[in-house]
Amino acid sequence: MTDARTSMLAAVRAALGRERLPDTEAAVLQRRLDEPRSNIVPARGQPSPEERIDRFIFEAERVQATVVRLAGLEEVPDAVVRYLRVANMPSAVRIGDDAVMQAVPWHSEPLLETATGPAVDSDAASVTSAFAGVAETGTLILLSGPKSPTTLNFLPEAHLVVLPSERIVGSYEDAWQRLRGKLGNGRMPRVVNWITGPSRTADIEQTLLLGAHGPKRLQIMLVDGECPQ
Amino acid sequence: MQSTARVFPDNAHRAMGDVNLQASLARFSQGFPVKRRLAIDRLPEFDSLRDAARDIKNHTLENLDFYLERFEEKVTENGGRVHWCADAESARQTVLSICRESGAHTVTKGKSMIGEEIGINEFLEEHSVAPIETDLGEYIIQLRHEPPSHIIAPAIHLSKEQVADSFREHHAEYPADRPLEEPRAMLDEARTVLRRKFLQAEVGITGANMLVAETGSIVLVTNEGNGDLTQTLPQVQIVIASLEKVVPTLEDASTILRLLARSATGQDLSVYTTFTTGPRRPEDLDGPPAFHVLLLDNGRSRMLGNEFREMLRCIRCGACINHCPIYGAIGGHAYGWVYSGPMGAVLIPNLIGVDEAGHLPNASTLCGRCEEVCPMRIPLPRMLRKLRDQQFEKKLSAKPVRWGLAGWAFVARRPALYQMVMQIGVAALAALGRKRGRFRWLPMASGWTGARDLPAPQGFTFQEMWSARGGRRQ
Repeated sequence: MTDARTSMLAAVRAALGRERLPDTEAAVLQRRLDEPRSNIVPARGQPSPEERIDRFIFEAERVQATVVRLAGLEEVPDAVVRYLRVANMPSAVRIGDDAVMQAVPWHSEPLLETATGPAVDSDAASVTSAFAGVAETGTLILLSGPKSPTTLNFLPEAHLVVLPSERIVGSYEDAWQRLRGKLGNGRMPRVVNWITGPSRTADIEQTLLLGAHGPKRLQIMLVDGECPQ
Repeated sequence: MQSTARVFPDNAHRAMGDVNLQASLARFSQGFPVKRRLAIDRLPEFDSLRDAARDIKNHTLENLDFYLERFEEKVTENGGRVHWCADAESARQTVLSICRESGAHTVTKGKSMIGEEIGINEFLEEHSVAPIETDLGEYIIQLRHEPPSHIIAPAIHLSKEQVADSFREHHAEYPADRPLEEPRAMLDEARTVLRRKFLQAEVGITGANMLVAETGSIVLVTNEGNGDLTQTLPQVQIVIASLEKVVPTLEDASTILRLLARSATGQDLSVYTTFTTGPRRPEDLDGPPAFHVLLLDNGRSRMLGNEFREMLRCIRCGACINHCPIYGAIGGHAYGWVYSGPMGAVLIPNLIGVDEAGHLPNASTLCGRCEEVCPMRIPLPRMLRKLRDQQFEKKLSAKPVRWGLAGWAFVARRPALYQMVMQIGVAALAALGRKRGRFRWLPMASGWTGARDLPAPQGFTFQEMWSARGGRRQ
């Protein structure tokens, strides 16, 4: 393997007509990686704080996500129960276990079954929290971790996402900055999911259909008020 | 995949007589271009983003060795493994040995053009590993043993009736008389069938839209969610990517993502954009414990060093294909290999040789729409012309074509001779065609007159008329 690596890098350098970069030039490039700069951020990704939430809702609904606004985390269980009832789904959810989800008073709905852990095929619905919402395109950003398994975002038919409204940012770049603030530069959770609407396909005669392999429905619960960080 | 690019003219003729294909292409031409336009109208910064993306990729290519090494370092730091593969054969062997080590029988696959390029499915089948395509379009063509006809819409050439027939043939566990008229019913059936495969597979293979040097992340974009199930559920994840997919930072990736889906399907962003960094971590409850990235050259370093370097900016959005009148007339299979349309006509001769695919650069009217819509501002028409030059220089084109071009070049370089020949020719054609005003047939011009008349000239060349009106000459 080392041989292939050496010869491939040599082929690249030969094509570029030079040897390995001298240290001074490499240091300049390394700085570009260590201190990442934004390129052009469209005006759409720089809404004022007042516009931010409305823009997010508008864009998310354009891609067939549904959005409900709640006054606080204590309203989440009831909103979940009502959503499942209207969708004619069983009153059971696989839930994330992170700080936001732990702050939800699930016991207020005793008839709602909740379970934590990774999703299994029989799970019909999941509830997770989002790290950020991006107003520019109505995109949710979810991070994987021991308390937020990635399977929850993809296996169930319905995915319900709790998004504290203070976590809505303008652009992808804003979200990266927040993530670097949380984890440090150059560090990533194992998986960062950007989710923009429910899963879909148009592979048969270009007919757009929702619910390909991922969730058929995406419900965003936008929560105002105090939320754990 | 075995190329049939050599017999492109036959392929193209057959495609134009294929009723099913022509109906699909008629549907197709109304879809993506319209949606792309609408998406771009909502983003006034689109053109400046194109400039920024072009500059990012140029910068990366100029320093490709540096960014590849940084990417590898980060993958390794996060517990993954990078395999350097110079050609298709070494990539196939690497995938197979990873599959063998993990005792895999079933492999799920996200749609990957690199996978098509190295023919990974056929190879795994030969070695008793069953690859299952999970993108709906790619699954359909796998059932039909066909190659993709479009890089982002692989089953675009098929009607829903053809899809239904394939499902009836292959999904034996369902009653034969079930209703399958509607795309919805077919999708639900495919979802159920493939869900079982997702849960069964030991290895998941995907491509990558980008590799991020800053973090060692791979970026994968899908709408269906199949890519994510493929890279989350199995015990082993394999990512196959060509060298030029690397970008420096997450910000650079974000800039390119703003162009990708808009140019491809007219979405602002695809439904799922996933950044994966290494294998499952100690406390994680899911995700594959093994993470492999294959970096494939297969002709890229050669392109990096010649006049086709700019083609390595391509992000495989398909915009040039969606706007190409030739693709719109013949579809993707006629091109005879993995890629198609203008990007294919440039890439295929570069990857498998001008002698093998010399026809493809001629499959263009050079109308320039491809360059106009390319989000990465790749000068596709210029490259097609360059390939035509090569074909001429290597004496690969048909003799009458070469002699004709050589004769024309001889005359065109001698202005006095050129004027004389033109005057005689134009006067003669005018005299012959005076009665009808047009020609239905002319010797050596059947390529033109086979499908339309040639209007008869009026008797004078442009230069003569210009002089007669007192036009100035330099």
